[in-house]
Amino acid sequence: MLIYLVQRFLQTIAVLVAVSVIVFFVMSFTGDPVMMIVPPDATAEQIEAARHELGLDRPLPVQYIVFMDNLLHGDMGRSYLFRQPVVKLITERVKATLEMVMLAVLLSLAVAIPAGVYAAAAPDSRLSRALMGGSLFGISLPSFWVGILLIFVFAVEWGLLPSSGRGKTVAGWSFLTRDGLAHLIMPSVTLALGTLAMLTRLVRAQMREVLRQDYIRFARAKGVSPSGLLFSHALKNALIPVITVFGLQVGNLIAFATVTETIFAWPGMGKLLIDAINTSDRPIIVAYLMIVAVIFVGINFVIDVAYTLIDPRIDLR
Amino acid sequence: MPAPLLEVRGLKTYFTLWGGVVKALDGIDLTLGVGEIMGIVGESGGGKSVTAFSIMRLIDPPGRIEAGKILFEGEDLLSKSEAEMRKMRGRAISMVFQDPMTALNPLHTIKDQIDEALRLHTGMNERERGERILSLLHEVGIPNPEERLSSYPHQFSGGMLQRVVIAIALAAGPRLIIADEPTTALDVTVQAQILSLMEATVRERGAALILITHDLAVAAGMADKIAVMYCGRVVEAGTADSVIRSPAHPYTRGLLNSMPSAAQTKGRLAQIPGVVPSLLDLPPGCAFAPRCELACDACGAGVPAMVQVEPGHEAACFALNGGGNI
Repeated sequence: MLIYLVQRFLQTIAVLVAVSVIVFFVMSFTGDPVMMIVPPDATAEQIEAARHELGLDRPLPVQYIVFMDNLLHGDMGRSYLFRQPVVKLITERVKATLEMVMLAVLLSLAVAIPAGVYAAAAPDSRLSRALMGGSLFGISLPSFWVGILLIFVFAVEWGLLPSSGRGKTVAGWSFLTRDGLAHLIMPSVTLALGTLAMLTRLVRAQMREVLRQDYIRFARAKGVSPSGLLFSHALKNALIPVITVFGLQVGNLIAFATVTETIFAWPGMGKLLIDAINTSDRPIIVAYLMIVAVIFVGINFVIDVAYTLIDPRIDLR
Repeated sequence: MPAPLLEVRGLKTYFTLWGGVVKALDGIDLTLGVGEIMGIVGESGGGKSVTAFSIMRLIDPPGRIEAGKILFEGEDLLSKSEAEMRKMRGRAISMVFQDPMTALNPLHTIKDQIDEALRLHTGMNERERGERILSLLHEVGIPNPEERLSSYPHQFSGGMLQRVVIAIALAAGPRLIIADEPTTALDVTVQAQILSLMEATVRERGAALILITHDLAVAAGMADKIAVMYCGRVVEAGTADSVIRSPAHPYTRGLLNSMPSAAQTKGRLAQIPGVVPSLLDLPPGCAFAPRCELACDACGAGVPAMVQVEPGHEAACFALNGGGNI
């Protein structure tokens, strides 16, 4: 286990270095941030002065080394545009993204597992067919379209839910207030839909596979009830591939949050990233991607540990 | 004569497939007394396993029990509700499966899997169940049972797992145990151990055992009664002595002749010519006729009925009616 942890830690470092290098050098080709900052009528001297002030007049490798040196001292740099530390800008917004993603994750699990188990247990029932048909829509519909549709129905036509912003927050969290929660619902549902549909289908497919196994038949010969078969004997065995996909999906949710945040004007990390890309605000982009990389590695770690908790045959090495 | 423990009468189990209806069991009769051991033998595809699962009422679609009676202690299992049947499974009738490597849930401990049977079928509290689990594991010959309780199936060998499966089958004190080829998946060296363990535990408890096997020698060695199945029908049934000593059906004789024996050291082992026909495309009349050396015109015309050979020994062959050409 210790060896595993050390390995994982070293892998994380390697991933971070790779991400920083790639992002740093690719971003240097995508536009000149100086031109976004200076006034349109700035003179050549003013532009040069701004470039020098931001340290962008130095060669790229030197810039990278300065950046990494600062990073090791806990400083991820300042936004060119906001003139504020990147860490501060991101932490202000990370809560907004996290609560939206977390609610979407909980929502998709809470629906997908019961729905998938049911669809596997009674494959010929009308409800199962409806679930499977509906899940195809969930997988196929793009989230920006679903978001717009939800806004149209629930905000514009019925006026039930607010369509943009986070509403009232407590300590940076929306879900703690009634108003904030109302604002949170549509973005989370929009974000959850694709994952929910996919996990439902996966749970069903895995359950059907497991229910064919010999040990399920043996459990029936022992006199185990149908619900005992499904939940005590089959579900756990069906979960391993579900968890793998689930982990990948959580990563995707964080990435796709960008789109959802844009639709609902949800002031999260994703929206910050889109704005930063539009203004070539490199420090924000680099910091965002590195944080997301850390989150991905962290999720994978949790998934690996979850495997060992579920299946005694899996040994972390 | 006391009332039999199990009486199967005219049992028909059909599977409806794309290619047609497979008559996996086409009217079989079996009788088993309290504490008796019956061997059901025959080649693959004869309907042995379907018989076992039909008695347990564990035939899944597209299979269906079409007709017949399964009287267990005088009650027809086929007229019971699924909930009543669930109370019988594991409690009154339990099963031992062919492959212990796949019969146990890989994610549950040995203890939990035995405990489940006790939880479902006995009113014991946790402490009593714990003691019973240990004594069961001890009884089936698992060394140091205390240390193996929290083990998972993958940490056991096949033979040890089959002992655990037997412990589960014995747990709730069933009156009948059905063992479906319990040693086929095991190493030859442990097969004999498992069989003698089964015989000993069953005899000691006075439980009846249906031992399904393709190995006539195994059945001959331990059963009181033998039923020979071929293509969904029982073609010969009787006391083990009588069937082995004077086999009446040509199929049974074929099975006996194809067994290697210590006495016969020279020459090729006899075999039954041909293969078991597809159940989708059975020959008319006696299904064994195409492989039978005694086949005559009558064999293709109709299905032979069971005829008494000796008291307590019957076989279904037209050659027995004439009596001359055996």
